[in-house]
Amino acid sequence: MDVDEVRKKREEWDKKCLRPFLEKSGERQEKFENLSWIEIDRIYDPSDIEHLSFTDDIGYPGDYPFTRGVYPTMYRGRLWTMRQFSGFGAAEDTNQRWKLLLKEGQTGLSTAFDFPTLMGLDSDDPLSDGEVGKVGVAIDTLKDFQILFDGIPLDKVSTSFTINPPAAIILAMYTAIGDAQGVPRDQLRGTIQNDMLKEFHAQNTLVLPPEPSVKVITDIFEWGVENVPKFNLISISGYHIREAGSTAVQELAFTIADGMAYVEAAIERGIDIDKLAPQLSFFFNSHNDFFEEIAKFRAARRMWAKIMRDEYGAKDPRSWWLKFHTQTAGCSLTAQQPLNNIVRTTIQAMAAVLGGTQSLHTNSFDEAWALPSEEAVRVALRTQQIIAYESGIPSTIDPLGGSYYVEWLTDKVEKLAWDYIERIRKMGEGSMLRGVFAGIENGFFVKEITNAAARFQREVEEGKRTIVGVNKFTIEEQLKIPILKVDPEVQRRQIERLKKVKAERDNVAVKEALDWLRSAAENDENVMRPILEAVKAYASVGEIMGVLKSVYGTYKKPIII
Amino acid sequence: MDVDKIVEGILSGNKRALARAITFVENEYPEGKEILKRIFPKTGNAHIIGITGFPGVGKSTIVSKLTQEFRARGKTVGIVAIDPGSPFTGGALLGDRLRMDGLDSSKKLWIDPGVFFRSMSSRGRAGGLAAKTGDTVRLMDAFGFDMILVETVGAGQSEVDVIEVADTSIVALMPEMGDDIQINKAGILEIGDIYVVNKADLGGAEKTERWIKAMLMMDQEAVEILSKTTHAQEYEVQTGRIFDKISRAGWTPPVIKTVADRGEGIPELADAIEKHFEYLKNTGKLLETRKHRLSREMIEILVQEIKNYLKKTDKVNFQEMVEKVSKNDLDPHTAVEKMMKSILKDYKD
Amino acid sequence: MEKKVRVLVAKVGLDGHDRGAKVVARFLRDAGFEVIYTGLHRTPQEVAMAAVQEDVDVIGISLHSGAHMTLVPKVLNFIREYGGDPDEMVVLVGGIVPEDEFDGLKALGVDGIFIPGTPISEIVDFIKETVPKKKGMKVKS
Repeated sequence: MDVDEVRKKREEWDKKCLRPFLEKSGERQEKFENLSWIEIDRIYDPSDIEHLSFTDDIGYPGDYPFTRGVYPTMYRGRLWTMRQFSGFGAAEDTNQRWKLLLKEGQTGLSTAFDFPTLMGLDSDDPLSDGEVGKVGVAIDTLKDFQILFDGIPLDKVSTSFTINPPAAIILAMYTAIGDAQGVPRDQLRGTIQNDMLKEFHAQNTLVLPPEPSVKVITDIFEWGVENVPKFNLISISGYHIREAGSTAVQELAFTIADGMAYVEAAIERGIDIDKLAPQLSFFFNSHNDFFEEIAKFRAARRMWAKIMRDEYGAKDPRSWWLKFHTQTAGCSLTAQQPLNNIVRTTIQAMAAVLGGTQSLHTNSFDEAWALPSEEAVRVALRTQQIIAYESGIPSTIDPLGGSYYVEWLTDKVEKLAWDYIERIRKMGEGSMLRGVFAGIENGFFVKEITNAAARFQREVEEGKRTIVGVNKFTIEEQLKIPILKVDPEVQRRQIERLKKVKAERDNVAVKEALDWLRSAAENDENVMRPILEAVKAYASVGEIMGVLKSVYGTYKKPIII
Repeated sequence: MDVDKIVEGILSGNKRALARAITFVENEYPEGKEILKRIFPKTGNAHIIGITGFPGVGKSTIVSKLTQEFRARGKTVGIVAIDPGSPFTGGALLGDRLRMDGLDSSKKLWIDPGVFFRSMSSRGRAGGLAAKTGDTVRLMDAFGFDMILVETVGAGQSEVDVIEVADTSIVALMPEMGDDIQINKAGILEIGDIYVVNKADLGGAEKTERWIKAMLMMDQEAVEILSKTTHAQEYEVQTGRIFDKISRAGWTPPVIKTVADRGEGIPELADAIEKHFEYLKNTGKLLETRKHRLSREMIEILVQEIKNYLKKTDKVNFQEMVEKVSKNDLDPHTAVEKMMKSILKDYKD
Repeated sequence: MEKKVRVLVAKVGLDGHDRGAKVVARFLRDAGFEVIYTGLHRTPQEVAMAAVQEDVDVIGISLHSGAHMTLVPKVLNFIREYGGDPDEMVVLVGGIVPEDEFDGLKALGVDGIFIPGTPISEIVDFIKETVPKKKGMKVKS
C-alpha cells in the first residue's frame, strides 16, 4: 500500500467529510482517553502503523516475535484451559467443590488458600483468628493436602496454586502427594505462583525481605528444572499490580521487569536459561478497556521474545514464548447491580481470548459481596464456554492482527512499557534484578501504582469516568444474591486436626528436618530438599516458615500512601 | 470526661485521659488550659529528645528502634510525631505511627503499656513542630514518661524549633548528604547535640561524618579542604555560627553511624542520649536552658493573653487607637501606654 | 465546640488489599480531616490502642478477608479494654461485606458500612454528618 496515497485520501476525507460534519455536530468529548490515559484518536489508518514491519513486528503465530500467539494453531488446535480459582473452608469442602467443577467440564484446578496459609501461618496462630478457611482453603500440614487431593489423580489434572511466601512448601506437598500416588515427578503438571516481587509492589503478602525471597525462589527454580520439569515454577504476575490500581502499561512493564529480574537471578545461580524458560509462566489481568487489553497481551509476547532471545541469549525458540494465564478484573466488579458483572466479565474474557491467553479464570458476578456461590461460579464458567463454543472467536488466530488501531495500540503500549523498563534498569545500574530491588526499597513501584489508583478514583468521583450502576444509571435495589457462607466451625476443626497431626507424627523426624532446613538456609544452600523432607514428616507450614523467618528475618514495607 | 477526671487520670497513668487532654490542648479548648495549669507541678522529670532531619533519612525508624532500646533499658517512652498538614485543606495524613514495628510478635510497641504514641499535624505551621507540641510534651511529662521523643515534620524546611522543646536535639542525616548547600541553608546542622548518619551501610558514611565534624570545627584538616571548595563562603558563615554554639556549650556533639533498620548503632545512640542528659544535669545546663525556655514561653503567653484580652474587652478600643495613630493624632508609644493603663486597671481573671 | 476531625483508617487482619484504604485515606485528607493510617496487617489490639492514644473521632476498618464478624467486635472490645469508648466514635467498616451481615455489624455499634464501589464523597459526607450528631461538636475544616 502506498502510504502517501493514504495520506492524501485522509486529508481529503478530513476536509470534505469530517470537518463539515464536526461543525454541525461535535463529538461527545473533547478528548478520548483509555484506562492508561493514552489519548485515542478518532480513527487509525495505514499511516499510523507505517513504522511497523509485518514480518518483523507482526508476523505469524508460533514464530518470532510471537505477537500473534505462541502456537502455530492456537485455539484451532486446543482451546485455552478454563481454570476457575476456588477453595474455601477445610480441605474436604474444597475437595468436593473441585470434584463438582471437574464434572462441570473444567479442565484444570486452581487453588485459593486462606490468608493464614498465604502468609505462612498455622491455623492456631493468634494472628489467624477469624481468617481460617475464609477466603480459601486452610492448609497446615501434608494431612490437609491428602484430603484436598483425595480421589484426584495428579497425572490427569494440572493444578495451579496461588501461593507465594510458602510456595516452596506447597510445591513440596504436591510432590509428596504425587510420590504417594505413584505418579513420576516428571509427569506432575501445574503452577505455583511463587512471585514475591509483585507482592512487594502490590499484593502485600509479605514475609521474608526481598533478597532472601528471591533466593528461595531461585532455589525452587534450581530444584524444579531437575525434578518437576513439566511444572510451572513461577507465575510472574501483573494481575495484582493491576488490582492495586495500576494502568495496563504499568502492569505490563512491572511484570516484564520482574520476569527479567528472576531470569537474571537464575543466570547468576548458573541455571541453564533454556532449561528454565519453559517453566516460567505469566499471569495478567483483563480489565474493561477491550482493545487496550488485547494490545497489552500482544505487546507482552513481543517484548518477552525480544528479551529472552536478544538480552539473555536463550537459544531454544520455546524459551522465547510468553505463556500466560488471565483472570478478569476483580476490581472492576461492582456490588451494585451485580448481574452487570456478567457482562463486564464477558467483555474481559473475550479480550483475553483475542489476546491469546493459555488459560483463563472468569470472575463470578457476586464476588464484590463474598466468595462466589455455586450458581455464580457456573455462570462464570459458562461464559468461557460460550466464547469457546458459540462465538466463533477461536476459529481463526489473532483476528484483530492487522487492525490499524490494535497494531498502533500494541506498539504504543509496548513503547511506554519499555520506557518504564529502562527507568528500572537505570535504578539498578544496568541490572534489572538490582533495579527491581531498588524500586521496592525506594517505593518507586508503590508510588506509581498508588498515584494511578488515586487518579482513577478522582475521575470516578468527578464523573469523568462512568461506572455503570455506580455513578451513572443507578437504582435503588434490594439484593438477593445467595451467598456462600463458610462454616464458622472450620477454624475449630482445623485447629483440632493440626493438634492431632502434631501429636501423632514423629517429632524427632520433624526436628531433624527443620534443623537440616535451618542449616541449609544459614549456609546459603538450596532449601527445597529439606523442605520436602520436613513436609513428608508432617511439619506444619508455620513451622517451616518459622525457620526461614528466623534465618532470613521478616520484612517491613516502606509505606507510601 | 471532665477536667477533674482527666487530671486525675493523667496523674494515675490512664492513657485515655492523656489522649483526651492532648485533644483539648491541641484544639485550644478552655479545658486544655485548665488541665495544663493543674498538671504543671508534676512536670520536669522527663528527658525530652527531639529528632529532626531531612525526608528519607529514616527518622521514624530511628524513633521506633530507639523506643525499643529504651524499653529494653526499663524506661517508659512517650512519642510525639509531627507530620505536615495542608494549610489549604486543613487535612493531613499522619503516617509516622505505621512505621513502628510490624507483624513481628517479638516487638509490640503499638500495645506496649510503657509506650504512648501521638501523631500531630503541623497544621501548616513552619519550623517543624505543631503549635501545641510543647504542651503535649508537658502532658506526657506529667503522665510520667521517662523519655519523650519528638519527631519533627521532616519536610526539609528549616525545622529548628525542636530546640525549643527538647533537652537533647538529634539531627539525622544519611550518606551522600553533605556537600549540599541546601542542607546548610536549612540551618538544622547548627542545632544538634548528637548527629546520626543513618543508613550507614550505603557507603559514603565516613565522608558525611567527616563533613559534619568539619562543620563543627572539630576536624581542622577537613575544614581546610572544605575552605578550598566553591562553597567556601557559605561554609565559613555556617561554621562560624556553629563555633559560637559549641564554645558556649562545652559539649562535643558525637557523630553516630547507624543502620536503624537492623538496629545497628542504636545502643550507641541511646548511650549518647543518656550521656548528654547527664552532662546537662551535672553542669547545671538543664535547669539553665529550661529556665531560659520558660521565660520565652511566659513572654509568649503574656503577649497572647493581651491579644485575647483586646479581643474581648470593651474598655479598650484597639481599632480606634490604630485609627488615631494612623491620622497622626497619637504616636504608637503613647497609644500603647494608654492601653496598658486601662488593661492593668481592668484585668481580672 | 469546634474541632478538627481525626480519623483512623485501619487495616486489620491478614489481607493485604490496601488500595481502598489508601485511596480513602488520601481523599479524607483532601476533605480536610486529619487521617492516621495504620498500615497493613494490624491486630485488633494494635488498632484499638491506636484509636485510644490518637483519640480519634472516627475509626474506619477496612477488610477484604471476610473476617469482619470476628475482627470488628474484637477491635471494639479492645478499645473498651484500653479505657476508650467506641460509642463515642463513629465506627465505619469498608470492604467486602455481604448485605445480610449489615444488621449484625450495626448491632455491634458500627455506624456505616461501605462496600466496594462506594463513591468516597459518600464516606466524607457521612462523616461530616455523623460526627456532630454522635459527638456533639462542630466539624472544623
